[in-house]
Amino acid sequence: MADESEHAEEMTGAEIVLRALKDQGVKDIFGYPGGAVLPIYDELFQQDELNHILVRHEQGAVHAAEGYARSTGKVGVVLVTSGPGATNTVTGLMDALADSIPVVVITGQVPTGLIGSDAFQECDTVGITRSCTKHNYLVRDVNDLARTIHEAFYVATHGRPGPVVVDIPKDVQFATGRYTPPQNVQHKTYRPQTQGDHSAIEAAVRLLASAKRPIFYTGGGVINSGPRAVVALRELAELTGVPVTSTLMGLGGFPASSDQWLGMLGMHGTYEANLAMHDCDVMVCIGARFDDRITGRLDAFSPGSRKIHIDIDPSSINKNVRVDIPVLGDCGLVLEEMVRVWKDGGLSMDREALSHWWEQINVWRARDCLKYRRSDDVIMPQYAIERLYEATKGRDTFITTEVGQHQMWTAQFYRFERPNRLMTSGGLGTMGYGLPAALGVQAANPGALVIDIAGDASIQMNIQELATAIQHQLPVKVFLLNNNYMGMVRQWQELLHGNRLSESYVEAQPDFLELAQAYGWHGIRCTKPADLDEAIREMIEMDKPVFFDCRVANLANCFPMIPAGQAHNEMLLGEDEKDAEQAGV
Amino acid sequence: MTAKEDHLAIPPASTYFMVEEKETEERHTLSVVVDNEPGVLARVIGLFTARGYNIEQLTVSEVHHDRGVSRITIVAKGTPHILEQIRSQLRRLVPVHSVADLTLDGDPIERELALVKVKGEGEKRVEALRLADAFRARVVDAHTGSFVFEITGKTRKVDQFIQLMKPLGLIEVVRTGVAAISRGPEAMKV
Repeated sequence: MADESEHAEEMTGAEIVLRALKDQGVKDIFGYPGGAVLPIYDELFQQDELNHILVRHEQGAVHAAEGYARSTGKVGVVLVTSGPGATNTVTGLMDALADSIPVVVITGQVPTGLIGSDAFQECDTVGITRSCTKHNYLVRDVNDLARTIHEAFYVATHGRPGPVVVDIPKDVQFATGRYTPPQNVQHKTYRPQTQGDHSAIEAAVRLLASAKRPIFYTGGGVINSGPRAVVALRELAELTGVPVTSTLMGLGGFPASSDQWLGMLGMHGTYEANLAMHDCDVMVCIGARFDDRITGRLDAFSPGSRKIHIDIDPSSINKNVRVDIPVLGDCGLVLEEMVRVWKDGGLSMDREALSHWWEQINVWRARDCLKYRRSDDVIMPQYAIERLYEATKGRDTFITTEVGQHQMWTAQFYRFERPNRLMTSGGLGTMGYGLPAALGVQAANPGALVIDIAGDASIQMNIQELATAIQHQLPVKVFLLNNNYMGMVRQWQELLHGNRLSESYVEAQPDFLELAQAYGWHGIRCTKPADLDEAIREMIEMDKPVFFDCRVANLANCFPMIPAGQAHNEMLLGEDEKDAEQAGV
Repeated sequence: MTAKEDHLAIPPASTYFMVEEKETEERHTLSVVVDNEPGVLARVIGLFTARGYNIEQLTVSEVHHDRGVSRITIVAKGTPHILEQIRSQLRRLVPVHSVADLTLDGDPIERELALVKVKGEGEKRVEALRLADAFRARVVDAHTGSFVFEITGKTRKVDQFIQLMKPLGLIEVVRTGVAAISRGPEAMKV
């Protein structure tokens, strides 16, 4: 390899881009061509190692790359043109930044001589994307190009993952320069700490062992850290017998079938998870960030607990909630060391206290907070997801969602056993995420069952990607909970704004079946609970894209819910009577 | 009003819980060592604007040409919690090598330079010169009716000098912002 760098190969910038991607192990890229990236597209045409998936909008390309990354742990790669191509990626970039997803986006730029002249399809890409990327680059010299791309992959995947943009002017794509292989590239200074401080870990383990009412509050960091973190979390939970809850981002990091699983916490989390968070005496936060959807009212958040926070990002520690023992490092490495310290020290929990704690938790569980009124006439949205889960639990299923009520019902009613199986827009809450994300998941996992659980408002925000599925034979399923409303907006309006449903009713709804069929999808419509199982089976068994228009109760609300400005122990539970009545059952 | 509506009637009707900061604000001097690459200053400033932090002074210059390293001195104001966030958010930026809170670490040497233009005749002109002498300000430009003084010192000294020049015919002022360094033999990590 040293030999290779001494007699560095000369090639064009466009060739360097493709070579660098291949050397980074990239197999699939998502993109859309345009004037400022034509040299790279020309190179793509003349090779067949890299598979290019043509989306219908650049936002879709980034979400597809996110789905690809989240379901595999690899980097998702996007290629778009300058100007509008670049600006259309902004929502996707911010989404990836908020959810810590490793994505590398290559944007074309006008030739360096034209930068700053307001040229056709010129925009200040690095300026615009600076605050929605982890880092970004404008490459002005072809000899820096390979190093920059390799560095972009390094930055995207090390420390807290995130999106990186590499902006490449068209003349740099044409110019001839040296190729630098990835082995010779190391970032000058960026070395995030991954190994936790040993004394902090020992203090954390001692505090955990002294707990009478402990809880593990886990997040997306467990999944981002990789399979070792998932194994270590399970081992530590089994060793200690501590109850486990998780954020939306962390679902699947701990198996939902475990007795120790309390369900998701937060605004639409379970009664038992939120009350256990409120009443615990030791909280171990693992790869989560005390988001406002989790904490509710900050000054009433878990008032009696001492808190341990394991995170790779120092700025997440003490940001919203002050913690007693911060452990800076990669969750997987820290959890493994906690297990080691626990075993070596021959530690054990206070069994009596812990069994009292579990008794209390079981009282909360008995409240059965996810209960809803069943109906024989109308499909309740919760029921639809329960049936979908029952029909798919036997196989390896990947779920994506859009944003809104259906997303929260998915988190509540679909039971995730494994990591990397739920792809959802958590931090940014991007409507239109689910369909393109599903395409990315399917591209990364051919043969797997991939279902976008969607809402009728969200799905229309990236509906154009129905065409991408057909062109690239990606047999994803859209399971649409169609209630004719922006359901979560309507729910907030009902509960907080005197039921004045300002602009949340979708009056001119397309006929989704005809729409899907026009794109070449198979369409299924289901309106009766009795037909649901058979219809779901038809969807699953079809080896092509299927659009499932599931007509559900229009006015169902998503409970439990912690309203604004309230604490965990002040949550609203489903008034199933009223809810059912409203839903017209 | 039903019990449920009553329960929800909490002003303001928002999907967010709003908090007020109650801690008192402090002023700290931070030293930030960065790669001298395009956009690095925009990244640092963007962090302050995006997160609503207050930046009072900012001075930047390359300090190691061969290594391409610049040093930024920032005077920032905030509660201890905000200042802690500022430090860790700065550390998170990819081109940032290291961040030191010089105020937390001790009592740093801080200097800034100001050029002060004063216009005046007769007694006022003599008084301005006399005061400049007392403040060890140098005359760097002199005309029959005006002076430009160069003064170096702590922010407070510079403030004081400018205040005194006001009644004596102050025309305009330009200041560099603070450059700061810690005391003792230790260098900051680069």
